[in-house]
Amino acid sequence: MNPLLVAEGLSKFYGARIGCRDVRFALEPGEVLAIVGESGSGKTTLLNLLSGQLAPDSGAVRYRLRDGRTKNLLDLSEAERRLLARTDWGFVHQDARNGLRMGVSAGGNIGERLMGVGDRHYGRIRENAMAWLGRVEIDTGRIDDKPTQFSGGMRQRLQIARNLVTHPRLVFMDEPTGGLDVSVQARLLDLIRGLVADLGLAVVLVTHDLAVARLLSHRILVMKDGHVIEAGLTDRVLDDPQEAYTQLLVSSVLAA
Amino acid sequence: MNPVLQVSGLSKAFHLHLHGGTRLPVVEGVDFVVHQGECVVLGGPSGAGKSSILKAIYGNYLASSGAIILDDGEAPVDVVTASPGAIIALRRHMMGYVSQFLRVIPRVPAIEIVAEAARASGFSPDEAGGRAGRLLAHLNLPERLWNLPPATFSGGEQQRVNIARGFAGDHRFLILDEPTASLDAANREAVIALIAERKAVGTAFLGIFHDAEVRERVADRTIDVTRFSPVREIAA
Repeated sequence: MNPLLVAEGLSKFYGARIGCRDVRFALEPGEVLAIVGESGSGKTTLLNLLSGQLAPDSGAVRYRLRDGRTKNLLDLSEAERRLLARTDWGFVHQDARNGLRMGVSAGGNIGERLMGVGDRHYGRIRENAMAWLGRVEIDTGRIDDKPTQFSGGMRQRLQIARNLVTHPRLVFMDEPTGGLDVSVQARLLDLIRGLVADLGLAVVLVTHDLAVARLLSHRILVMKDGHVIEAGLTDRVLDDPQEAYTQLLVSSVLAA
Repeated sequence: MNPVLQVSGLSKAFHLHLHGGTRLPVVEGVDFVVHQGECVVLGGPSGAGKSSILKAIYGNYLASSGAIILDDGEAPVDVVTASPGAIIALRRHMMGYVSQFLRVIPRVPAIEIVAEAARASGFSPDEAGGRAGRLLAHLNLPERLWNLPPATFSGGEQQRVNIARGFAGDHRFLILDEPTASLDAANREAVIALIAERKAVGTAFLGIFHDAEVRERVADRTIDVTRFSPVREIAA
């Protein structure tokens, strides 16, 4: 296989404290990788390193660009990294307010991403925005409403539409269903699962919710104190955890 | 011709870190093969390790030692050492699994659950839909239920959706973990017919059947797993 993204010995320290240490893996196109662990385990640090928002103290992140060249993210200029983030990548934040422009209409939020990749045709942008609203199950009659008028679940679906409209190859998700009602979560997970499969997206998903990891991911990395302590096929890690800490995590979940 | 499945020297033990590091051996020295077009049944009492063997073969449990070679006719793969990606590919194209219980995402209609499994193994959306309908009809699931999510179905109805999903792909090797446990006589017949039909086209089966009558009718060979029982030892 030809990986899309490779993490090579990524480490990040905050003074004497370990953010994450010597993390290495390869992400294939279309693969969904879940990073699980408790708060403070280094999940978010790792996500920020992988997406170039944070520079590692050692190690590298290599990404295969659309033109086939593989580049170390550190070697990209700020402008190149921004272009990558707005075209080939998506970011789904736990709090939709960090991923949406709250003062702009739903249609504008989707259209802005398209204009960012050079689309200037108003009619086509609006048509595309309509189609995506439908795809994420938002009433297209709401296209001119602002996200401030949307429920939490709708905001999250709008954030997903905004991210996917440019057909990225890699999407970073940080607790995408965190903070939502359970009934809303199930529907959102089903939607994400369908879109990821249909579009063949590669995803790096950070979550502390093992049920979300089971439903969405192919593979799991378990983090503790900045280290990856166990990795493998998702259902293997969850049904036959090898490490003491993973056994504790899995056995601490209340079965519904 | 190579066997579809070749298990050799397989052992499985659980290491329970949260319980004083207890090592719980389940099976040792498991050796057997399954050929194309045959149905091999694992026999033995509850707790003998039958399900653990199936799960290790599917890659759901990590084998402690030994080899589990699956041969798709091109490149044999050892499940014990294969990468997650290689196991996912095997599950998509070669090896299917029917568990005792249906585990699905809420909200998804029964027919869609089955059709999705067919699509995942390579059928076009149209073919997948047709396959799903034929399987559910064969398993006597009332058509009025097809477009409903199975959460509210009876145990037997859920199990038939589960079986349909397991048979939806074109896998040449299927693992069956008590698929007929919650079915009535007519539906057991439907499952037996389905197994016979697939055996005839070369599909290999490895299964556990609690029901003695079903077992006798589908099994070409039975392997008593008590002969793989480890010498029981509780080591801290």
